[in-house]
Order: sequence, then C-alpha cells, then structure tokens
Amino acid sequence: MTTTGTTPPPTPVPAEVKPRRAMPRRGAGVAPGAGRASWPARIVLLVICFLWLVPTIGIIVTSFRTEEAALTSGWWTVITSPLDFTQYTIANYREAWDAGMNNSFINSFAVTLPATIIPIMIAAFAAYAFTFMEFPFRDTLFVVIVGLLVVPNQVALVPLLRLYTDVNLTGQFAAVYLAHIGFGMPLAIYILRNYMSTLPKAVIESAKIDGASHFKTFWRLIVPMSVPALASFAIFQFLWVWNDLLIALLFLGPGEREVVTVTVAGLVGQQQQGWQLLTAGAIISMVVPVAVFIALQRYFVRGLTAGSVKG
Amino acid sequence: MVRVINALLAIVGGVGGALLLYWILNRLAEMLPQKWEERVKPWVFILPAIAAIGLFLIYPAVRTIVLSFANATSTAWVGLENYTDLLGSRDFQITLVNTLLWIAVVPAVVVALGLAVAVLADRLGSGGERLTKSSIFLPMAISGVGAATIWRFIYEARPEGETQIGLQNAVWTALGFDPVAWLQVDTLRLNSFLLMVILIWAQVGFSMVLLSAAIKGVPIDTIEAARIDGANERQIFFRVTVPQIWGTVITVFITVLITVLKAFDVVFVMTNGNFNTDIIAVRFFNELFRNGDNGRASAIVVMLMIAVVPVVAYQVRHFRAEEAAR
Repeated sequence: MTTTGTTPPPTPVPAEVKPRRAMPRRGAGVAPGAGRASWPARIVLLVICFLWLVPTIGIIVTSFRTEEAALTSGWWTVITSPLDFTQYTIANYREAWDAGMNNSFINSFAVTLPATIIPIMIAAFAAYAFTFMEFPFRDTLFVVIVGLLVVPNQVALVPLLRLYTDVNLTGQFAAVYLAHIGFGMPLAIYILRNYMSTLPKAVIESAKIDGASHFKTFWRLIVPMSVPALASFAIFQFLWVWNDLLIALLFLGPGEREVVTVTVAGLVGQQQQGWQLLTAGAIISMVVPVAVFIALQRYFVRGLTAGSVKG
Repeated sequence: MVRVINALLAIVGGVGGALLLYWILNRLAEMLPQKWEERVKPWVFILPAIAAIGLFLIYPAVRTIVLSFANATSTAWVGLENYTDLLGSRDFQITLVNTLLWIAVVPAVVVALGLAVAVLADRLGSGGERLTKSSIFLPMAISGVGAATIWRFIYEARPEGETQIGLQNAVWTALGFDPVAWLQVDTLRLNSFLLMVILIWAQVGFSMVLLSAAIKGVPIDTIEAARIDGANERQIFFRVTVPQIWGTVITVFITVLITVLKAFDVVFVMTNGNFNTDIIAVRFFNELFRNGDNGRASAIVVMLMIAVVPVVAYQVRHFRAEEAAR
C-alpha cells in the first residue's frame, strides 16, 4: 500500500475472508442486501466517493492547463468556463517527458521487471518444498518467514548500502532489484504456499505413483495450477517496486539512473516554477501502475484476501 | 534502449540461471543413493529462497543491531551513545511523539472508514457497489510520491490577496478567513494530521476490500436467525457481523500499522520532516543519507524493530492457531 506505500500483512489468512459461501447470498427472493440502502446511506457514500475522487480529478485537470492558467486560477474554474479552450494544452506532457521523464520511465522498467519476475520462480520452488516435502525444521523455517512478513525493510538498508559500496553495486539497477527480490521473498513464499496447500493432494499423490519426480510434478502440475497465486504476487510486487521511493533513492539516487518516483519527488521540491511539469510528470509516473492495477484487479483482490501483508 | 535490453537480459539471466541451478542441483541429488536423495531434495528446492532472505533480510538486520553501537562511520564502538543522544534530543522526542500520533490515528481511522464503506456499499445494487469501491480503491495503485503530489494541490497556499489555487485555501478564503500555509501550522499538530489524511486517503481502499470480502463471507443464516429473533440492524451489525469478521479487522489494523511505521514518501516529499512533522522513517533516511551517520540510523531502525516485536509475536501465534485449525 502506499505506498506508500502502500501497502499487505503477513497476517495469516483469516478464515472469514475465504470465499466459502455455499449458497449465493443474493438468490432470487432472498436479496437481503442489494438495493436496500437508505437515502442517508446513499448520500454518505456519494460524499465519500466525491471526496476521494476530487484530489485526483484536480491534478488531472491541472495537468492539461497552461502554466499561466494553472497559476492564476484554481482548476475547478474550468467547471464554469469549460469552453475556454485557450486554457487547455498538452504541452505539459511533452515538456515533462523531454525534461527527464522519458529517461526515468525506462529506468523504472529496468528495475521493476527483474524485481517482479525473478523472485516468482525462486519462491515457487520454496513454496513447493514447504507444502509437499518433509524435512527437518520445515515448520520452524516457515514460522520465521511468517514473522519476517511484518518486519519493515528499513532493517536491511544500512548494511546493504555498505555492502553495495564494497562490491561497487551502488548506482546500478541490480542494486535495487536484488534488494527487492530479497524483500519480496517472504511474501511470495507465503502467498504461494498458502495457495498450494489448497490444491488437491490426490493429484500430487497420483503423480508420485506414476513415477513423476518432484521436479517434474512441480513443473508440469503445480506451477500451471498456481497461476492465480503467481499473478497476485506479481501484481503486488510490481506496484511496490514501481512505487517505491526509499530504496530507489538510497541505491540509485537522483541522476542518470533515477526512476520515476525520484524524478517526481524532485519536481515537487521545486516551489512553484515547473509545476505544470510536476502534474504531467506525476501522471506519467502513475499511468503504468494504475493500468496494471485496473487490468489485473481481480488477482490483486484475491491476493489481498489471501491475507498478504508485507513489511 | 540498452537499458531495456539489459533489463531483459537480467530477467532472462536471472530466471534462466536460477532454473539451470535448480536443474543441476536436482540432477546431482538424483545421483545420490535413494535415501540421501529424499533428504537432500527439499533443501535444493528451498536453498535459493533461504539464501535471498538470509542475505537481504537476516544478515543485514543482525548487522544493523551491531552497527547501532558504533559511531557514524562504524569505525569505533560507542556503546549506547547513539541511543542516549537520540532519546535525549528534543528533536527526536518530537519525532517519536509524531510517530505515536500516526500510530494512534491512522490505523484506527482506516479500519473504521473502510468498514463503514464496506457495510454501506454492500447494500447498494451491484453496479453502484462496484463504482463506489473502484473510486475508493484506485489510490492504492498510486505511489506515495504521486499521492503527495496530488495533495500538494489541495494544501497549496498563496499570499493574501492573490487567487488561491489550492482547493483547501480556496474554500477557506471563500468562508471569509485569511489564507493559511497549512503544512506549516503545527498548532495542535495540525500539519501532521493533514499529512495523515493523505495516507488515510491512500489506504482506505485496502481496508474496504478486505472487510467487504469478510462481510460477504458471513453466513446469511446467522443474520436471518438474528432478524427472526427480533434484532434490529444495529444489533445485528455489532453482535452478529462484527464478531465474525473480527479476525479480518485485526489483520487490516496490523497491516496499516506496519505501513505507518515505515511510511516515508508522503512526509519526505511534503515537508521533509520540517515544521515539527518529522516521523521515524524520514528521520532514519536523513540520518543515513543526509548526515551519513550509520550509527544513529541503525539505532533508529533498532527502535523500529523493537516496536514490531509484539506484532511479529502476534503474527506467529495467529498463524499457528490457523494452521492447527486447518
């Protein structure tokens, strides 16, 4: 979640969250919920939605206004003069793009893609072992992973910064994505293991009887069956890494290899001048995560309700 | 272009290399006698993951504790000096008080608002429900930096006499008051609360989605039974629904609590901790990055670790209980 980072807890799946309705709650004739909202309730919801949307609408409108218009009148004045086309422009986007967003946009992908894809497979192997294999300390190790879910990743930053400096990794994309691979690992293993433990044991047993090795069972059976869980982790990780400021700022910093969050944070710092760049830059930085989020919301929600939390 | 190719190479190399490693290790394990093969294989499967966790979480965490007893450049031991200096400074005390305020306000408000929206939206038709949820959920995809940028344009202040382009001051001056530089007003910690609003705005969607799923999971017969027994809506909510979703309420609360503890971007971007708005994660960054003080930065992180110990304990206990119930 936010960012902020936002933020998902390691808190184990509360039983209530699992979709375990045996019968549809809203069958014909029953309908205890749908449509019975009272007018006060509808108005409260309307007000909340309005309050939630206004800030975003404001920045979108501002980003399409000329610098002069944006600095001399509030964005809401477009409501009274929507047809005054002299106040609109798309130049902000071109300027912001040329002023560095083009560069950091690519950098963000260079960090986010490896940080999202590489941990999936490593975690899937581990989750398989935790679910389907017997070995000493298995449960202890898994409890440690569950505990690590809530540990803020700040705990790792001071020594990692020193370590990276020693091996000349500071300022390289790998410095950031390697760290994210490590930080994302407990959540990845947790989500995948929870999911795999709901797969029918009989399938695995019969594969064993047929003489399939663990490797083969994993690759041919478990991975394809686990795609929804893999997808929900991938979305989480993608949003976190793309939206992260702290780690990118520490390990890559501002400069040639800065990512979008660092560029936008730099623009916010400049008082007033260049504000039209800021609105457009901020929106460019949000386009990718918002698109990913909207397209794959279903998996995201499923991941959330699987009780995912990350420290 | 080179960067994109490099990124793709990193993915191919990372994934391919890992696969090759697994394949080779697996082959080697298969060459062992049957009994040993069974014993070694699980470790082949988990070793890379454990190595990543060890290298990027466990080892640095331990090292952070050690460094917290050393000086700024980690060249000499200073005992507890980092801790006593920090805790003795007025600045840091303000930081701690602010952090406690964030902890006290944000998770509770996020849970309450999320629950309210989930309950109310549940009663709308499915179209209205989806629309309501989407508008509140969307900020989840936006970064802390993006959220801070968005809210900059709400809190922006212009000198008296100029047109206000920040929404809050526009409303405020329309009501006849003088414009206020909101983020600089630390009376009653007003500016801290305004910053909390941003995080709350970003987090309520998460809380709403989880709680809504929990509410929909409450068996309808328990509600029907209560209704037949003559309970009113309020009684049904507090006596029947809430107890059944309590586990989820706690989950959401803990998650938001952890988010608050590590919250960095919003405050960093909006005020960088000035005007008495500093919180622990921003202070950590400034000690480490601005002042280059490894010792103090580590000491701050150790305090953070101590703060999450009860959460970790709860987490583990809860997990054990869930596993036992499986």
